[in-house]
Amino acid sequence: MTTATVAPAKQVQPGAVPPPTEPTQGIPRWVWVLTILAGWIVVWSFTKGTDTLALSGQDQTDFHARLSDRVGTFGDNPVTQGIANFINAIIDSLRGLIATPTPPRPAPTIGWLGVTAVATWVGYAVANWRIALLVAASFLAFGLFGFWEDSIDLLIVTLVSVGFAVVIGFPLAILIALSSTAARVVTLGLDLLQTMPTFVYLIFVVILFGIGAPTAVICTLAYALPPIVRISGFGIRDVSPAAIEATDSLGQTTWQRLVKVQIPMARKTIILGLNQTILAALSMAIIASYINGPGLGKPVLSALTRNDFGAGLVPGLLIVLTGIMLDRTTTAASERSERVARGGGEDPRRRRLVLGALLVPVAVAVWYSRYAIDAANFPATTWGRSTADVANSWMGSITSVLDTVAGKLADLVSYGLLNPMESLLADSPWWLSCAGLLLLGVVIGGRKAIVPTVLCLAVIYQLDLWHDTMVVLNMTLVATLLVMVLGVVFGVWMARRRAVDLALRPLLDGGQTIPAFVYLIPVLALFGPTRFTAIVAAVIYAAPAAIKLVADGVRAVSPEVVEAGRSTGSTTWQEITKVQLPMAKGSLVLATNQGLLYVLAMVVIGGLVGAGALGYDVVFGLANGEYAGKGLAAGLSIVLLGIMIDRVMRSAAERAGAGAPARSGSVRSRGFGGWRRSG
Amino acid sequence: MLDLNKRWAGLAALASSGVLVLTACGGGSVGDETKANEEKIAEAGGTCGDFNIIVNPWVGFTADAYVVGAVAEEKLACNVTYLDLKEGGPSYQALKSGDGDVILEEWSHAEELKAAEDGGYAQDVGSPGNVGIIGWYVPQWLAEDHPDIMEWENLNDYADEFETSESDGKGQFLGSDPTFTQYDEAIVENLDLDYKVVFSGGETATVQAFKKAQENKEWLIGYFWEPQYIHAEVPMERVSLPPYEEGCDADKSAVACDYAETELKKVARTEFIESDSTAAALVQNFSWTNEDQNQVASYITSEGMSPEDAAARWIEENPDKVEAWLPQ
Repeated sequence: MTTATVAPAKQVQPGAVPPPTEPTQGIPRWVWVLTILAGWIVVWSFTKGTDTLALSGQDQTDFHARLSDRVGTFGDNPVTQGIANFINAIIDSLRGLIATPTPPRPAPTIGWLGVTAVATWVGYAVANWRIALLVAASFLAFGLFGFWEDSIDLLIVTLVSVGFAVVIGFPLAILIALSSTAARVVTLGLDLLQTMPTFVYLIFVVILFGIGAPTAVICTLAYALPPIVRISGFGIRDVSPAAIEATDSLGQTTWQRLVKVQIPMARKTIILGLNQTILAALSMAIIASYINGPGLGKPVLSALTRNDFGAGLVPGLLIVLTGIMLDRTTTAASERSERVARGGGEDPRRRRLVLGALLVPVAVAVWYSRYAIDAANFPATTWGRSTADVANSWMGSITSVLDTVAGKLADLVSYGLLNPMESLLADSPWWLSCAGLLLLGVVIGGRKAIVPTVLCLAVIYQLDLWHDTMVVLNMTLVATLLVMVLGVVFGVWMARRRAVDLALRPLLDGGQTIPAFVYLIPVLALFGPTRFTAIVAAVIYAAPAAIKLVADGVRAVSPEVVEAGRSTGSTTWQEITKVQLPMAKGSLVLATNQGLLYVLAMVVIGGLVGAGALGYDVVFGLANGEYAGKGLAAGLSIVLLGIMIDRVMRSAAERAGAGAPARSGSVRSRGFGGWRRSG
Repeated sequence: MLDLNKRWAGLAALASSGVLVLTACGGGSVGDETKANEEKIAEAGGTCGDFNIIVNPWVGFTADAYVVGAVAEEKLACNVTYLDLKEGGPSYQALKSGDGDVILEEWSHAEELKAAEDGGYAQDVGSPGNVGIIGWYVPQWLAEDHPDIMEWENLNDYADEFETSESDGKGQFLGSDPTFTQYDEAIVENLDLDYKVVFSGGETATVQAFKKAQENKEWLIGYFWEPQYIHAEVPMERVSLPPYEEGCDADKSAVACDYAETELKKVARTEFIESDSTAAALVQNFSWTNEDQNQVASYITSEGMSPEDAAARWIEENPDKVEAWLPQ
């Protein structure tokens, strides 16, 4: 683990840019950082434990109580009821059609055979026969592992949410493409939607729309809307000016230009946005099942309550499979549409003929699945249970081997890093941590960071959860530090060895897409309910993105530069530390920023496994009406923490000349890019 | 140009696999089963219709819900739906909106229940027979090795042993799920105990912690409760706190006594329970013991049965109890 020292060595302030090696005017920044920390520690040693604004688990302030009352006045209005009924009607009729039995009939209107045949046909129609086979195989897997109904439910909720996302998102995308003022306003809203922990708006959505499918659709929509708006908007705006000028000379109106030039030319980007929206929607599967949203999240969650890792793993992997299937289908569809638009590739008449002919076996399958019970309800198999049992026994032996090491590691990180830092951040009087954070923000992020830092800290203070916020900030920093250690070690390794890259990519994709609730059980078995458990869960979720970004960044370092270093006789170690990493600084900053945001996204889940603080407050507020205000305040505190860190990092990156990290939104939506690359 | 032969090969594969599946499928017909279901409804006497059971996320509750659900489905031919919801707010929201008909194991959401009764949309319909016992527990090995730990007065002598990375140099007391009724922080403070309450965050986390503590002989004291399936698997003992007296928990910040034993409640949607659905009578008659519930729960957890199978097995083993629940 010697390479670990490559990561920013100043343990006390991870999240900062790597030590600047370029000459800066006057005193280097890291000297300032150390000075501030030293000052902080000196004042802390006299004042620790005073004015920390700590609030115990069941306490709340008047502000929170007032907020709860305000939240309580929402609800029961005809508009939201109407929307809920409308969504319910759509989902219910689709479920009755293809997923759930409609009593006294023992099966849905169209049985599994018919549904599989139709889906396969659609796969062929929008893409090609390879996709058709993938679709058929996925649908058969749903049934064979015993989750037919839940899988189809998930598809229904996902596709209905995506449908709404397109209807709402596409006009917004056009709006932000046409007006930069609108773009600024909309982007702010999208930032909020993506950083606000879902559990927080669950509180509102449940009050407004009741429980079940409507709430699931609306929560999913809120989370899945940003990618399509951002990516499509970007695509439409970025159509080549030459093309626009050429057609403008023909005297077209703005509308004509949009419909005839910009949208068609941005087709590929728009479908990419759609693809990202679908994947974001899928990642809401588990959260939606907290309020009885239909789908594969339900068996995952119920396995968690039974402590049955294997039983959660199977539906968890089916969610991943659904993701692969939808991702590949939309990608192939976009490639096909591109090809057809260029007028190449196929004879449309023959294709229509083939598709028509194929309708015959599809119709037979649909018809048959209405009458024969085995074609209507998927025959029971024991595949699911036996896979679960194998997974459980594997997990048992792995955890028992790792048990002692795990305990030592947890103690090392907790006593060595987590506790001292928490003591400094959270046991300082609020004004001290406030001043310390502000100064650090300015030193690291420069003058541009002042306004966002001051604003965020002020509002966090007003939300009355200062102490809990500092505890979360501390865990976030430690988790990000670990993420970056992994990011640098594995990123560099992957960039330097093609074989490692090929072997790791699928694992990384898996880590990003498998629901966190699945691996909570083994992580809990190893580390017990502690902050460290929450950190491990967050690292599993965040590290893949960071590793990929670092790997891509290091690989992009021009071979000539590396070659030049080699010719002067530098060792591998020198090559990595003196050439590759400094040259990839932009990627390192971006990876750190993304790592932080991913870690923050896991705060609430951390609250479920012993991390307490804001995550606990959010879940507490969801379940108890009288604490709804506290839960809301906790959610907002998480958002503000995210915005503050993001802005500081971004201006730090600009100062370092690394170019601004991509907007959080576009990267937060998970990609399956690696599946394609590895496949 | 696309390779046409390839395309036709793909088509042929698709079509032939379709035909294969068709011919392989035997089994009964949907029509037969529909008829059987209709007969069952006629036989049940009175109609049931839709019956929506709320399921809160702990195994004991799953046992309640699936046993009642299985009886409703099998004997009354109801169309049962299970709604997976967090307890408290979301569950009451379901009663209010009419999506859910009954909460079979309500512990302590007095505020929500009162709001429901005032609003007229749901009401307390008696007890499922279970008694809820909340308390401070230690793993059995600890109770055996240090018997005096079972009295709260001696807890401070052992505070060092319970110290963890999370407890700031004090003893760690493991709190539980944010949604559970708990005021351990107040008890610790008011009894002058040298402990810090650390919240596990969920039932799974708490169960794992006790399991591990018993297996590895680790020191652990924490919030636990009955009925809970893990008691059968992981033995633990309840520490005695100053006994509960009426009203000693009135002011939650001044509590210095043990938790009250609570008779759990069934809370049903008013319109549902007053309807002539046969399921309404079943809900009112349903009553069993903590042992019954733990039995079903252990089928689910220790034996890995699905909730449906576990419920069916218990129903088969206890025909008399089930008979008593059916509407007369």
